[in-house]
Amino acid sequence: MLMIIEALNRKLLRDLWNIKGQMLAIVMVMACGITTFIMSFGVLDSLKLSRAVYYDRYQFADVFAQLKRAPVAIRQQVLDIPGVSAVETRVVFGVTVQVDGMTEPASGKLISLPDGRKPLLNNLYLRSGRMLLPDEAGAILSSEAFANAHGFTLGDRVSMVINGHKRSLEIVGIVLSPEYVYSLAPGGMFPDDKRFGVFWMSQRVLEAAVDMDGAFNDIAVRMDRGGNVENIKEELDIVLKPYGGLIAYARKNQMSHWFVQNELNQLRVMGFFAPAIFLGVAAFLINVVMTRQVATQRVQIGMLKAVGYSNLEIALHYLKMVLVVVVMGSIFGIVGGIWLGAGMINIYTEFFHFPILQFSFSVEVMIFAVFFCSIAAVTGTLVAIGQAAKLPPAEAMRPANPIQFRRTLLERMGLEKYFSHLTRIVIRHLERRPVRALFSTLAIGLSMSILIFAFFMEDSINYMLEVQFDMAQRQDISIGFVEPRAISTLEEIRLMPGVMSVEPLRSVAVFLKSGHYSKRSTIMGIRPKPDLNRILDQNLVAAEVPARGLALSSKLAEILHVKKGDVITVEILEDRRPVLRIRVAEIVEEFIGLSAFMDMDQLNRALNESTVITGASLMVDPLWNGPLYQKIKEIPAIASMTIMQKAREIFKDMMSENILKLVAMNIIFASLISFGVIYNTARIALSERGRELASLRVLGLTKGEVAYLLFGEMAVIILMAIPIGLFTGYLMAYGLAQHMDTELFRIPVVIEKSTYGLSVIIVVVSAALSFYLVWRQVENIDLVTAQKGIE
Amino acid sequence: MARNNGLDDNITFRTDRLTKDYVTGETIVQALRGVTLEIPRGDMVVLLGPSGSGKSTFLNIIGGLDSPSSGEVYFKKDRLSDYSEQQLTLFRRHNVGFIFQSYNLVPSLTALENVALVTDIALDPISPMAAMEAVNLGNRARHFPSQLSGGEQQRVAIARAIAKRPEVLLCDEPTGALDSETGIVVLKALQRVNKEFGTTTIIITHNAAIADMADRVIFFGDGQVINVKLNENPCPPEEISW
Repeated sequence: MLMIIEALNRKLLRDLWNIKGQMLAIVMVMACGITTFIMSFGVLDSLKLSRAVYYDRYQFADVFAQLKRAPVAIRQQVLDIPGVSAVETRVVFGVTVQVDGMTEPASGKLISLPDGRKPLLNNLYLRSGRMLLPDEAGAILSSEAFANAHGFTLGDRVSMVINGHKRSLEIVGIVLSPEYVYSLAPGGMFPDDKRFGVFWMSQRVLEAAVDMDGAFNDIAVRMDRGGNVENIKEELDIVLKPYGGLIAYARKNQMSHWFVQNELNQLRVMGFFAPAIFLGVAAFLINVVMTRQVATQRVQIGMLKAVGYSNLEIALHYLKMVLVVVVMGSIFGIVGGIWLGAGMINIYTEFFHFPILQFSFSVEVMIFAVFFCSIAAVTGTLVAIGQAAKLPPAEAMRPANPIQFRRTLLERMGLEKYFSHLTRIVIRHLERRPVRALFSTLAIGLSMSILIFAFFMEDSINYMLEVQFDMAQRQDISIGFVEPRAISTLEEIRLMPGVMSVEPLRSVAVFLKSGHYSKRSTIMGIRPKPDLNRILDQNLVAAEVPARGLALSSKLAEILHVKKGDVITVEILEDRRPVLRIRVAEIVEEFIGLSAFMDMDQLNRALNESTVITGASLMVDPLWNGPLYQKIKEIPAIASMTIMQKAREIFKDMMSENILKLVAMNIIFASLISFGVIYNTARIALSERGRELASLRVLGLTKGEVAYLLFGEMAVIILMAIPIGLFTGYLMAYGLAQHMDTELFRIPVVIEKSTYGLSVIIVVVSAALSFYLVWRQVENIDLVTAQKGIE
Repeated sequence: MARNNGLDDNITFRTDRLTKDYVTGETIVQALRGVTLEIPRGDMVVLLGPSGSGKSTFLNIIGGLDSPSSGEVYFKKDRLSDYSEQQLTLFRRHNVGFIFQSYNLVPSLTALENVALVTDIALDPISPMAAMEAVNLGNRARHFPSQLSGGEQQRVAIARAIAKRPEVLLCDEPTGALDSETGIVVLKALQRVNKEFGTTTIIITHNAAIADMADRVIFFGDGQVINVKLNENPCPPEEISW
């Protein structure tokens, strides 16, 4: 018995060897599925674990609020709010940072650290150096990202303008904070560690420097297990309101946390979506190959049954063949997943600053991957194996009956005279196996849509940047002031070196409400016909700022559930905090941010203010950049400066480094799918029809004519797949855009013709490659043996 | 009478010391060991001999499906052994009709279309329907192979082979898969083609009785021609005792 089983296993290995090309193609597609699964979920688990440990050990807060100024004594009132377990108050102050060798100024955030004790919340992880001594003046702790971006080490000094006074401070420690896992400058679009840093300073020293003795302007709250976030937020707002409190927000809206969470959500979607595609395609391919395998081994199956093998033994025999594929696919997939996952974690360490972030994946993830893979493979083969087992031995040993064909729809419509006999063969074959043709078409279409999906990101982001920087924010530099200033400041700016034109900006923090929908936002007061900082209507054409009423960005209108003409409640989060009712006069388009726009004079009137500005947009002569930056660095009243060109470059760099890696990965994966499908289908066709093709060669058909028969069918499938692929590619892009439609930015669905073209070309090239491989076998058809029907 | 390359116009095939070796693993099988033969135009020839005697190899070589290891093959005035693959394809396309034990019809084409597949590429074919009539299958022309019996499928194969009006008809065990009654129908069709079109017909068979209907019987043994027998009075197929 043992001997026989061994013989059957030997048959198994040899059978596999005979179809190694096809099996390898399936193994690769399957491996892609497992790779993406392990990678996505491994990275997801790693990030989640790092985050959970980090948040827990370093007491990341649950609720945050900023305010103008409140006495420290308020703290007890906050602690009395039900559900609050810990409160930490701080002074947070924006500063400009001057770094030797960098012409443009950087901005920074200076945060107070309690003297003589650890902070109760948002504690720091010390990477190197030491913590601050009580009341230590002249020393700061620097965020690791900023220090790394500039190559700072312990003992290096940084110059800062704090509240109008320039100070030189020594970096004594390099730290990480759970609040700044992802660090974004206020108003920034992308992380820029060179131009934005976070620093910590002794509380008493900072209080003295910014005239905040015994006061705070930033508060963080931790709640106990039973706490209700919404209640705590509400109570906190009530407590802080007299002190210029801005609306409190929960952890989920904390900038850094939001970005990390958003990334995790995307990984989760990708972790299911991509493997599902690959494993689905693999299941289909295994089905096709195994069905064929059973068909060619019909006689052998009959023989095995005749000599006494049970149905179960025969079914297991073919199932083992499939399991060999699963095992190989799993091994390649797991190795690939670990490799790519570790690479992806490396990318993440550039953006997400955790004390420790290492790729790890749980055994469960691996077991799940192999399990899904086996399910896909076994489902794919079940029918074929069932047929093999069910065949009565006597019937199995007779050669199969000629395959049934019938007139196709086209012919019943009387169109057959338009087709040559060779073309009729092609059409009838397609019609005879419509399901297989359909699945092949879908699989190839899917691979094309993966390509479009991969390439579209670049198209869309380019378009987004173009709209953002060439149409809307056309200024070269944006500056923001520490405090609102008189409009006459514009004249001073106009006189600075290289400034060609300047436009005022009056921004004010607001809380917008309509019915039970509300959103914190900023109203940008600008000139009625701005030339630099423009607003765009929904057709992305520059629009005038309405003379009366608000222009809301479409996303903001969506959040508030309002349309043009509706009146909304606007709570100004400044000074006397007036509450106004303003009509929505226009809906405008904006891909980055979530703003409302208003005529500047109208805004100032509504606030009962004389005309003041909070910032300005500048167009400058690039020849004067050096002197201009120097000048701006020296003005303490300027809190922030954004150089549009730099912002754009940073984004481009980020794109090319990371998105392009993903694109490369997707190209490989998509090519593998289309190659796998086309190669397998052509090989199967050759195997099924090798004899027919040989006898046609005997009849005097040329190799070219025979190739037409073999590849014509595939060519039709590929042609049908192209529109399907283009369409589903668009749908996938649209789906991603919907998924990425967040409050921070929105991705327009823009797909260039070249993207469609390139995707088609890649699929056609992989088709050509598989045709070539199969063609070499057509060349080798042995006319003598093939016509006798020897397989 | 004009002589060319030592060939008579009335000779369809001439072979000279034809050999064919097959290498299988480490052994060399000599399938043909020097076959020198002439097959006159219009003859009905039957090749007889046991399995492995070389008759199929011989048929494949003169039909342009295989090339000899040494020796020469002439088809009328042309030296077939010099042909390129492309030329062999054209030779098969225009001059040879094949019939095999397995009918090798294209399953996705109807009977008539199977014939038309060949007439499409032939130089001077008869109409596909005429070919179908010639094998008495005019009424089954629109059926697919799966709808035809074995004998009918073989007759379609004959119709397909004769439709291009080939110079020669090469048949390898044409009745091998058929019962005697059906076999006779097929043989009658072959004889009729041979008589009416003057097609040189070479038939391989295990069935010695079929030799009675041939003009010439060639006996193969061990890769060589053992004997050639001329038959002065071929009998009609229906008189063949199976």
